[in-house]
Amino acid sequence: MRLSVQHETRYRFTEPQARIVQLLRLFPGDTSHQTVVNWRIDVDCDARLRESIDGYGNLTRMLYAEGPVETLCLTVTGEALLSESDGAIEATDEPFPPELFRRVTPLTRADDAIAMLATGSDLAAMTALAAAIHGRWSLDRRPTPAIRSAIEAAADDRVSPRDMAQIFVAAARAKGVPARYVSGYSLSGDDERRTLAPHAWAEAHVAGGWFAFDPAVGGRSGLDHIRVAVALDAAGAAPIAGVRMGAGEEVLDVDVHVEGSEQA
Amino acid sequence: MGQAFDEIWGQGGPDNPRDDLAALARWMREVPSHELKRRLQSAEATFRQLGITFAVYGDSEAAERIIPFDIVPRVFKADEWARLSKGLVQRTQAINAFLDDIYGERRILKAGVLPPDLIFGNSQFRPEIAGIRPPHGVWAHICGIDLVRTGPDEFFVLEDNARTPSGVSYMLENREAMIRLCPELFRNFRVAAVDSYPDLLLETMRSVAPPGAGAHPNCVVLTPGHFNSAYYEHSFLADSMGIELVEPADLVVDGDVVWMQTIAGRVRVDVIYRRIDDDYIDPVVFRPDSLLGVPGLIAAYRAGNVALVNAPGNGIADDKAIYSYMPEIVKFYSESEPLLPNVETWRCREPDALKYVLDHLDEVVVKLVDGSGGYGMLVGPTASKAEIENFRRALIAEPQRYIAQPTLALSTVPTLTEKGLSPRHVDFRPFVLTGANKVQVVPGGLTRVALKEGSLVVNSSQGGGTKDSFVLMDDRPAQTQTMGGMTQSQGGR
Repeated sequence: MRLSVQHETRYRFTEPQARIVQLLRLFPGDTSHQTVVNWRIDVDCDARLRESIDGYGNLTRMLYAEGPVETLCLTVTGEALLSESDGAIEATDEPFPPELFRRVTPLTRADDAIAMLATGSDLAAMTALAAAIHGRWSLDRRPTPAIRSAIEAAADDRVSPRDMAQIFVAAARAKGVPARYVSGYSLSGDDERRTLAPHAWAEAHVAGGWFAFDPAVGGRSGLDHIRVAVALDAAGAAPIAGVRMGAGEEVLDVDVHVEGSEQA
Repeated sequence: MGQAFDEIWGQGGPDNPRDDLAALARWMREVPSHELKRRLQSAEATFRQLGITFAVYGDSEAAERIIPFDIVPRVFKADEWARLSKGLVQRTQAINAFLDDIYGERRILKAGVLPPDLIFGNSQFRPEIAGIRPPHGVWAHICGIDLVRTGPDEFFVLEDNARTPSGVSYMLENREAMIRLCPELFRNFRVAAVDSYPDLLLETMRSVAPPGAGAHPNCVVLTPGHFNSAYYEHSFLADSMGIELVEPADLVVDGDVVWMQTIAGRVRVDVIYRRIDDDYIDPVVFRPDSLLGVPGLIAAYRAGNVALVNAPGNGIADDKAIYSYMPEIVKFYSESEPLLPNVETWRCREPDALKYVLDHLDEVVVKLVDGSGGYGMLVGPTASKAEIENFRRALIAEPQRYIAQPTLALSTVPTLTEKGLSPRHVDFRPFVLTGANKVQVVPGGLTRVALKEGSLVVNSSQGGGTKDSFVLMDDRPAQTQTMGGMTQSQGGR
């Protein structure tokens, strides 16, 4: 399947900013089931972009914009080919052994309630964990800029895909299973109108390999996910981590324009 | 705990000092206490004037104090120092090799020397900087290795400080005060100079500049600002090296290159001696709420455009959980036996160790794995029953947070007290500099002294003071006169 994406993130500032520095994790890499055909990012102001790879092996760009900046729009345009998969993720760049992803971070601590969501540590248990999270919370896909911890999110009834992914990671690690947070894009919506939107899910290392699970749909994730970045938690895989130098407020219009198309 | 070894008096007391140090013992006898006290007060007045203060955490009443100074120096004989230096060089080389390996190939894990868990589960192992190799492969440019001593050649490493060890300004200021107040000591003893430290540090920084920085790399000291408890040291070092002291707002990263904003425009920066912790150094990569950081700094570092002194990620080398494995680590990289031993350490996370510690709480020192500055610490032999019981509860509740060590008979050095000279326990922080091509131990360091009689806690936040640390250049006194030439006598050997 061929998925194409056009995704805009637009910032408006109430006062002009002197400088903006952002770390972008918006570029997917190839895996056994994902081939990036083309991918580009456009910035609507005078900015320098520098390419790199972070410690997790994610493709990154640093963005340096000189002010005065009143608005900033990042447009990601890309196309990826996805092949059938049962959730297994192979041929990824793995700078770390799975053990690293047993580490609990402040965002992925589990309390008893979260720990009890996972009933075991095998592939079936992880699939069941995704389903349990899907069943327990109702999904709210509206963008939420502030990252909260798994425990904070679990106290709420409505949670974001990011929250669900972190709850999954926390619960899996509580069972000793290496698990990590994934950010990317996925198709969502009903059959009438399916859109490719920024999304978050999780991977767990079971049965000798990494498998992708999407608690937002309640099972393993497959054909309709473009995998972009992985990390110990949501902060480490944030698509955009930025700092601005200047007074005033920031208004963020994320994902004002997202297009997805699928072709067999 | 037996009789402590006194570094000047030996086991024999004031009238029967150690060989080679008789002249110093005589100096102590001959200069009246009130004269020593006058000199000490003069030194402290200078420190106060200079603003060498430190903030005491958890003590809002006395936000800034000066660290008490003691006028009697601690002395290392030349041969003792030579042996100690070898051990320090070996340890520091191992720390650098370990960091280079653990963020790179991880040979030490493949060899099964360390449990992988210890690294991957440790928040001091920073995935954010994995895959970066600092310019010239140097990670811990400045190590402040804390030692305790129990006999003439018996040193134990207490802590490897490989992040941003502080205290070097005390070494330099204490020496300056001693030269001014006790000039006769420097006439009578050949004391190795420490005042070249700023030059050596600058030479170290220049040597690790990224390739392409040219013949005159631009080096700066980065401080979090004047509210930081070690600000005096930051400004002192920048000043003595003759380089800029900058705050985060003075630096910008553009196109993965670090620039310093000056009145004349932007100047490229090649080497940063940063005195800001990893967590706060770049809000784009580490704590996003940090106002102290330089956004983009890690990207510039990853691109190889700037050297950070010390490298980020070093916490994995001096973490208390790693400490107990240091002998194995030194052995692995140096392929020889460690010259400097560790203090025996019980990891309370291990049930047998915990049981032993709980059974011997009145004998051991218990420390928090992630604590510093003497907080969250129990010194069994001097603790009250209530303190011991508090620690017992804490240990049972969260054993993994604690380690314990035997109470060593720490060496003492005569120290000026209300009742004249009296032995007080000391520890020692020498500074080891690692540049592109060499490792150098500065002949001196920071001696901390527990001013309270019998106390083993030397932390400045807990009532500790400092002393000058003399390293003698040879074991024979240059001349054997005392008291600024007033008395002449042929003594010593």
